[in-house]
Amino acid sequence: MSHDHDHHHGSELSDVQLRVRAIETVLTEKGYIDPAALDRIVEAFETRIGPHNGARIVAKAWSDPAFKARLLDDASKAIAEFGLLSRVGDHLIAVENTPERHNMIVCTLCSCYPWEVLGLPPVWYKSAPYRSRAVSDPRGVLADFGVMLPAETEIRVWDSTAETRFMVLPMRPADTEGWSDEQLASLVTRDSMIGTGFPKPADETTPRSEGAAS
Amino acid sequence: MNGVHDMGGMHGFGRVEPEADEPVFHAPWEGRVLAMQRAMTYTGAWNIDMSRDAQEHLPPKVYLAVSYYERWALGLEQNLLGKGLVTADELAAGHALHPAKPVRRTLTQTDISPALTRGKYERPATAPARFRIGDRVRARNIHPATHTRLPRYVRGHVGTVERIEGHHVFPDSVVMGAGESPQWLYTVVFDGRELWGAGSDPSVKVSVEAFEPYLESV
Repeated sequence: MSHDHDHHHGSELSDVQLRVRAIETVLTEKGYIDPAALDRIVEAFETRIGPHNGARIVAKAWSDPAFKARLLDDASKAIAEFGLLSRVGDHLIAVENTPERHNMIVCTLCSCYPWEVLGLPPVWYKSAPYRSRAVSDPRGVLADFGVMLPAETEIRVWDSTAETRFMVLPMRPADTEGWSDEQLASLVTRDSMIGTGFPKPADETTPRSEGAAS
Repeated sequence: MNGVHDMGGMHGFGRVEPEADEPVFHAPWEGRVLAMQRAMTYTGAWNIDMSRDAQEHLPPKVYLAVSYYERWALGLEQNLLGKGLVTADELAAGHALHPAKPVRRTLTQTDISPALTRGKYERPATAPARFRIGDRVRARNIHPATHTRLPRYVRGHVGTVERIEGHHVFPDSVVMGAGESPQWLYTVVFDGRELWGAGSDPSVKVSVEAFEPYLESV
């Protein structure tokens, strides 16, 4: 096997492409899988399941205190009203960032991640550098992302070692009073829901159509 | 097992390197691997814990060298071979050479929703939870050679029960073929200095999701 780097973009089929093709052909010929069903699964993950779902949830939590309370109490139940394509099983847990506490999500043992609300995890989340250091040196990891927090802020790392899944509810950016949920959602980044980033500041996005001349 | 997959606290892997505008899949084969894993899990041939177990049993140098979805592909092969659903000569030939073994069900394009829905792992309680919120507990100093979800970096250390998550399927039992053997599941939070020493960052707290058999009273 040649594994000098992760991704092969050349015109020749790589070992792994051949290997995966062989698996798919055998499984199809034996009737265990339907390639057309695989197409649809891939399409769902490429188009419909992603962090835009989590961003809608965060925006609603920012704008609706009753929803936020329900989200923090039982996130699986609270997000049912969003009718997401992919439902979370029983155990989504939303953890709230505050000025006193910053939350970060990791899976040191594999790659557990709240697919249903954030989509598939990025490569770095599944990588050895993140998995090894997030629990022992979270501030160092945050520095890799250019994120600095006051020394007195508690850093709380949640290692996803069971079938519970976590998402971070980041703090609402300043100067967003009166924004619609859609506008708020545009500020929510994937990394802010993992805890390795912040939402975009209000002045970095397209201003609202009214009263935005300043 | 104390494998290389259990990475919490290890040194030497370098910086985290985020990729700007990362695509969902970096090559079409990655999506095929993910979808095949979902479709085969749906057949009931194995479950999520067995998928993890297969990857953890890859040789360490392979686990660390290959890309994420390549690891999935290798684990998928191991599970297919282990369950007798395919044979090595079929994988080498790239074609079916032997009759299929029956599977419970197959996923079809008319309804892929089961492949997109996470399973439920909570089971009715069969005994009261041994620990309560606020209890001080020690992660047991155990080193099973088989699949476990208690990471090494907390073993032997004392933390506090913060949440009781319910009564859940116990991965350690499932991979042994010993049934779901559901156990109470807790969020146990550790002070960073308890885990990493007195000189470490005092602002850090780390929690794990710990099944009751992983814990003992202090």
